[in-house]
Amino acid sequence: MSQTIATPPTVRLDTDVIGRPVSRPEGPAKVSGAAKYAAEFSVTGPLWYGYIVSSPIAKGKITKIYADEVLAIPGVQQVFSHENVPSLAWFDRSYKDQVAPGGSPFRPLHEPEIQFSQQPVAMVVAETFELARYAASVLRIEYDVDEFNTDLKAAASKSFDAPKGKTGFLPPPKPKGDMDAAYADAPHKVSGEYTHRAQMANPMEMFGTTIDWLGDGKKMKIYDKTQGAPNVQQYLTKIFGLSKEEARIISRFTGGGFGAGLRPQYQVFMAVLAALELEHSIRVVMDRSQMFSMGHRPHTIQNLRLAADDKGHLQALEHTALAETSQFEEETETVVNWSGIMYNSPNSKFDYQLTRIDVNTPADMRAPGAATGSFAIESAIDEMAYAAGVDPLDFRLLNYTYEDPTENKPFSSKRLDACYHEGAARFGWEQRTPEPRSMRDGNMLVGWGMAAGCWDASTQKAAAKAILHADGTLVVNSATNDQGAGTYVIMTQVAAQTLGLPMAQVKFNLGDTEFPEAPIQGGSWTANSVGTAVQNACQEVGKKLLKLAQDMDDSPLKGVDFEDVQFANGCLRANEDVSRSVAITDILAASGEAKIEADGKAGPNPANLLKYSMHSHNAVFVEVKVDEDLGTVHVTRVVDAVAAGRILNPKTARSQVLGGVVWGISMALMEEAYLNNDLGRYVNHNYAEYHIPVNADIKKIDVIFVEEEDHIASAIGVKGVGEVGMLGVAAAICNAVYHATGKRVRELPLTIDKLL
Amino acid sequence: MNSFTLTQATAADEAVRDLTSHDGAAYLGGGTNLVDLMKYNLERPSHLTSLGMLPLADITGLPDGGLRLGALATNADTAWHPEVEKRYPLLSQTILAGATPQLRNAATNGGNLNQRTRCYYFYDLAAPCNKREPGTGCSALTGPNRVCGVLGTSDSCIATQPSDMCVALAALEAVVRVQGPDGERTIKFQDYHRLPGDQPEKDNTLKPGELVTAIDLPAEGYADHFVYLKLRDRSSYAFALVSVAVGLKMNGDTIEKARFALGGVAHKPWRDQAAEQLLEGQKPSPDLFRQVAAKVFAEAKGYGEGSLHNSFKIELGKRAIVRALKQATEMQYEVNPNAFLNSNP
Ligand SMILES: Cc1cc2nc3c(=O)[nH]c(=O)nc-3n(C[C@H](O)[C@H](O)[C@H](O)COP(=O)(O)OP(=O)(O)OC[C@H]3O[C@@H](n4cnc5c(N)ncnc54)[C@H](O)[C@@H]3O)c2cc1C
Ligand code: SF4
Repeated sequence: MSQTIATPPTVRLDTDVIGRPVSRPEGPAKVSGAAKYAAEFSVTGPLWYGYIVSSPIAKGKITKIYADEVLAIPGVQQVFSHENVPSLAWFDRSYKDQVAPGGSPFRPLHEPEIQFSQQPVAMVVAETFELARYAASVLRIEYDVDEFNTDLKAAASKSFDAPKGKTGFLPPPKPKGDMDAAYADAPHKVSGEYTHRAQMANPMEMFGTTIDWLGDGKKMKIYDKTQGAPNVQQYLTKIFGLSKEEARIISRFTGGGFGAGLRPQYQVFMAVLAALELEHSIRVVMDRSQMFSMGHRPHTIQNLRLAADDKGHLQALEHTALAETSQFEEETETVVNWSGIMYNSPNSKFDYQLTRIDVNTPADMRAPGAATGSFAIESAIDEMAYAAGVDPLDFRLLNYTYEDPTENKPFSSKRLDACYHEGAARFGWEQRTPEPRSMRDGNMLVGWGMAAGCWDASTQKAAAKAILHADGTLVVNSATNDQGAGTYVIMTQVAAQTLGLPMAQVKFNLGDTEFPEAPIQGGSWTANSVGTAVQNACQEVGKKLLKLAQDMDDSPLKGVDFEDVQFANGCLRANEDVSRSVAITDILAASGEAKIEADGKAGPNPANLLKYSMHSHNAVFVEVKVDEDLGTVHVTRVVDAVAAGRILNPKTARSQVLGGVVWGISMALMEEAYLNNDLGRYVNHNYAEYHIPVNADIKKIDVIFVEEEDHIASAIGVKGVGEVGMLGVAAAICNAVYHATGKRVRELPLTIDKLL
Repeated sequence: MNSFTLTQATAADEAVRDLTSHDGAAYLGGGTNLVDLMKYNLERPSHLTSLGMLPLADITGLPDGGLRLGALATNADTAWHPEVEKRYPLLSQTILAGATPQLRNAATNGGNLNQRTRCYYFYDLAAPCNKREPGTGCSALTGPNRVCGVLGTSDSCIATQPSDMCVALAALEAVVRVQGPDGERTIKFQDYHRLPGDQPEKDNTLKPGELVTAIDLPAEGYADHFVYLKLRDRSSYAFALVSVAVGLKMNGDTIEKARFALGGVAHKPWRDQAAEQLLEGQKPSPDLFRQVAAKVFAEAKGYGEGSLHNSFKIELGKRAIVRALKQATEMQYEVNPNAFLNSNP
């Protein structure tokens, strides 16, 4: 794939806008500050501000809240806490959002009990932000402190099988053959424990909510930071007994989510509570340290045992994982299954356990489970390849599988082999000398490592509405989300191409519960699900257009079936003879209709789900340079080759993969929320001490999309590109560091101290 | 953040008078540290004496060949000042290894000297911290303390002074000029910051009301043999885990004079004069450098193993000294791990 970015097709009209590297239509608004995020909307009347107070203790009970002292400060309107929260929905199910795991969801301000450090315990509402923040800082709260444990290892003996219950969670695959015997007998074997601790999604935009109290009953416009307006609406209507009209959620732009915005966060609950109680517009924004109180990628300890024969064929594969969860919910990720999907071993065993500690429930964070699992399996495969004396790339090709061994189903498409070959060629892998410590650049040790990954290609239920106006402009609406991934532009492309209109005539709107429902933005399913719904809605409009065109006097399209027409350059025309053509605006003019509307839907295809295993894949090649004396690692070069089905927009897709690679570098070398087990609290809760890469850490990144279209995975041929790009990056870096130094690091992040 | 009043002082003596006539007042330099601390509710000054209008932003030559850095000169203006770049490149390099361009544009030299520690617990009101609230205990002794020190620590505090600039100023043997209610005085740089002992709440030896007016650099700037080696968790915008500022005077292949200081390891920029003397009159060699490094860390104490705890800084610090001395004697930078400097020549 060429990296040059073509200019958007502004003048030349062509059906073929899908697959072009066009820029985001909302880009200028974003970089000029015109794009409004949740905490930036203005409201009709005066606005009050809520500031959340967080618990300093990990476990215990609030015994006294000195709210009166704060209420005495002029300008303070109210202090909300468990003491004055009105009675709300009673059953757990009302608090369960679309992606809630099993257990009892956390209910903000529900009771005096403290279940995790930084739990929101109160909110001060005042007439200005500064006053609310000040009043929150002087609110005295007394606690009875209980004993707690936040150490995963200390709780390991109480682990239990991860329960089903969360949407999308796959329990570990069934065992095959006799793992222990095969492992014992094999000539080459490796085993290791792989760990990373808690990581925080930490998007740039703070979680925030602005509520415009419309003064018409309980009607509110709720501007919320979320990855899914409909999910927030369902959650709020159930808890507060509101109608959909009363709780309209608007989320036009989302300044990064990475999973943190999948579940409704507590600030939106608290904002709605305050608006309803005070009958007033309000804004609540978390501060950066509170961003560390939300879900996190869970601390996970994984154990792998692999064995191979003399030729390098895998004979035994065991992958087990132990992850933390909270005391009240069972957050589950698909961690160990990926090993079984990627590599066929006649003998295999899998296990995935949870254990409870006194923290908030972990949450899905970019490529949840797979980022974790791929770090371990792809490190272990490298170790196995070395033990068997086979090149790590050859080892993967030797153990390549065209069927999903965990389900005994063929893949709907799998071009991981092409990822391997194209990635290796671009990287120059054949010039690698295999022995550790054999490559140098001056005084630096050079290491080349590689890894692979796979992610679900899943389609969710989604809907969209298309409205074609008489002037030829097309508006398409869906309550989906754009957390920066490029939803706006790709949906505009799909709609424009489907009806053969220039993109400038197409407006795609999202992030409003008045629009047809769409799933939360996660799991890499937006492009396939919402894209298919948008395409279907536009096709329905197209069918109506054809009918109207055929009603025209002297219509050149009389008797032509919908399958035999095309939409191009603003016209509807016959495939066989494009001169049999009518301008879309002429059709509308002739019909006298001001607009044509149609709905489109998409959803999983049950027949295909039964027959096929559907996944996107990638292969990552990494070069590191290590200063051995000082323990510093620089990732100087990355090639990430991705097979993700049809690429709707190589520019935004490439950005997704670039971001994924940066995230992988971050996971490998920097990210960790430091948990102090004496305090039961993360202590580096700010951007200064929770490290993610800066520009100077990021060098050359090359993205390849291998040719692939998968119309089994989704009607529009897309498999999704949001998560897959980061997979394997952390493992490839650790493998490259091994190649450079001969040192195997199995604990992330790979900081200076680990190489001393 | 609490409410406060603010005065714009226009002269040093006026600033001192303004500050001492208000209870709970603080000097405001660039505000990049103080305002953060106010937002975290760690500092709650009821009055700020703003220094922005003081005529102390100049950088001027001194009769003895030294250079005077005004306390209100920004870190950026100092680092990019032609005289500093030419004669004290160690200082330039050190300042530029710290923070970000935006912060350096706002931060003042006086504020840099007086910035507070970055110990996690100092910034977290939910955690006991003797420096913030004497007598409450030190959360860092057993908790994650990757950011904390291994030299000159005490049972009451193991925090570090986080400045990069100050490491160079210690090696350069700068002198701090201060003005207080009792007039002016000077403080040798190595005496400016203090060890925590049983008074960790005191970072330095300033007396109440004293204002830093300037920093004087002696004539010797070690422009031919110097290095600032900063090891950190990412290539910029991170405080040092360990850093070393070295200035050497070479006579042929003999080290005539050696000055060096360490950051990230102690409550003050760490200088070891006995270790410096080991170098003087000697020919550079890896053995000599290792001996010097061992001397510096002979009394070091680590606080726990693993990446969250700081014992690794002892070994890392030794290696950093050896590398920095090698680089300074050879003046070769091709293996400088400091990516920020590499990528922005
Ligand atoms: C995110 C972040 C990252 C950073 N990274 C680094 C880094 O990598 N390396 C590094 O060295 N620094 C770093 N810094 C710190 C930065 O260098 C300091 O914040 C800055 O130097 C402080 O200068 P200021 O003028 O803004 O001080 P202020 O914030 O105004 O004041 C700091 C303190 O000094 C006192 N003070 C100010 N001026 C005087 C004076 N003339 N006399 C007496 N007392 C005075 C104030 O009362 C206050 O107590 C970082 C800061 C931030 C916020
Ligand atoms: S090391 Fe010092 S600053 Fe850190 S917690 Fe202990 S007393 Fe506080």
